[in-house]
Amino acid sequence: MPTSPAQTAGPYWHLIDHPEWADLLRDQPGHPPMTLTGRITDGDDQPCGDAMVELWQAGPDGAHERGFHGFGRCAADTDGVFRFTTTRPGPVPGPGNSLQAPHFTLAIFARGLMHHVTTRAYLTAEPLNEADPILALVPEARRGTMLARLTAPDVWTLDIRLQGADETVFLDI
Amino acid sequence: MTDYPRPQGWAPMDSPGYGSTAKRHARHPPIAIPHTLTETSAPHFTHPAHADMSVHEGHACMGERIIVGGRVLDEDGRPVSGAMLEIWQANSAGRYHHIRDQHDAPLDPHFGGTARVFADDDGRWSITTIRPGAYPWGNHPKAWRPMHIHFSLHGRGFAQRLVTQMYFPGDPLLPLDPVFNAIPDAAARDLLVARFDLDHAVENWALGYRFDIVLRGRAATPMEDGHAH
Repeated sequence: MPTSPAQTAGPYWHLIDHPEWADLLRDQPGHPPMTLTGRITDGDDQPCGDAMVELWQAGPDGAHERGFHGFGRCAADTDGVFRFTTTRPGPVPGPGNSLQAPHFTLAIFARGLMHHVTTRAYLTAEPLNEADPILALVPEARRGTMLARLTAPDVWTLDIRLQGADETVFLDI
Repeated sequence: MTDYPRPQGWAPMDSPGYGSTAKRHARHPPIAIPHTLTETSAPHFTHPAHADMSVHEGHACMGERIIVGGRVLDEDGRPVSGAMLEIWQANSAGRYHHIRDQHDAPLDPHFGGTARVFADDDGRWSITTIRPGAYPWGNHPKAWRPMHIHFSLHGRGFAQRLVTQMYFPGDPLLPLDPVFNAIPDAAARDLLVARFDLDHAVENWALGYRFDIVLRGRAATPMEDGHAH
């Protein structure tokens, strides 16, 4: 059967927003907290203040559907900034016998996006990044757009550029 | 591992008829990756369902009451049981209960415009709502969005994630809408138009529409289940 096509989430998706979903630790305490934040901008470097960001990650043990509930949703603020409170994921098994470095999947929905775009946030200086099978598919010159930087204690920052210079690498998943 | 063929026939990210795509579409093509556990797993939601948008705190909202229902299926036509549908829409006058919607049309204190339902074992879901109004949106002169209802779906794999819109049959605005018509293929567009369906109607209460949604991916048998090992 042919799949139903996507349509833009538009500017009023906040009707399904639950701001507490940006805090993945709200009902599963006991994990070391970290922040994953960033700013979403368009081809004119203007903030995308209407964007919805969803996060999907493994728990500290590398499992997605057991234990840690690794889903979050966050509305970008008027400056285009999203901010999740979560915990560092563990390595995740990859194709074959490979191991994926700790990563977060980010899906971005907004007015003007005919369908959502997907990327990953990896953590700079993580040794497992070197052998990550997904990062290896990304041209080296653009990999930096998927590497979050430690910008304060336990705060990792990854800006998302939808278009233009340093455009974020989006993944066809 | 579940197989999610890449979708065909979706609207191009750069769709000039829809002005907001101009500065927001990526110029680089996306990079294809194999599906890993990250893409074939999905969150489980245990939030309460809320299937009736037509009543708010005991008060009926204004508008023509309708029942919209259908099935969530995968590409093999098998039900995606447990899929979460989050639904939002404008009121019968064409205005969202949203601070940024300043369209000069009345708000309805008895209409919030959101629902959340889960597909049952047969993939079936249903909501009670009112027919949303059309509204102007400034994309071009006399641009009005056709009547539509927004749908957000979480299936069994994050690669199945879908946000889309449902339209109404016979809406004269449909041929004029750049968002709808950005989907190049008429048959694919037609998948987003609900069917008027008396089987969903309730006598002396509400008319009905059927809206089936097909997510990417094929049913996984337990042996193939990527997260069973």
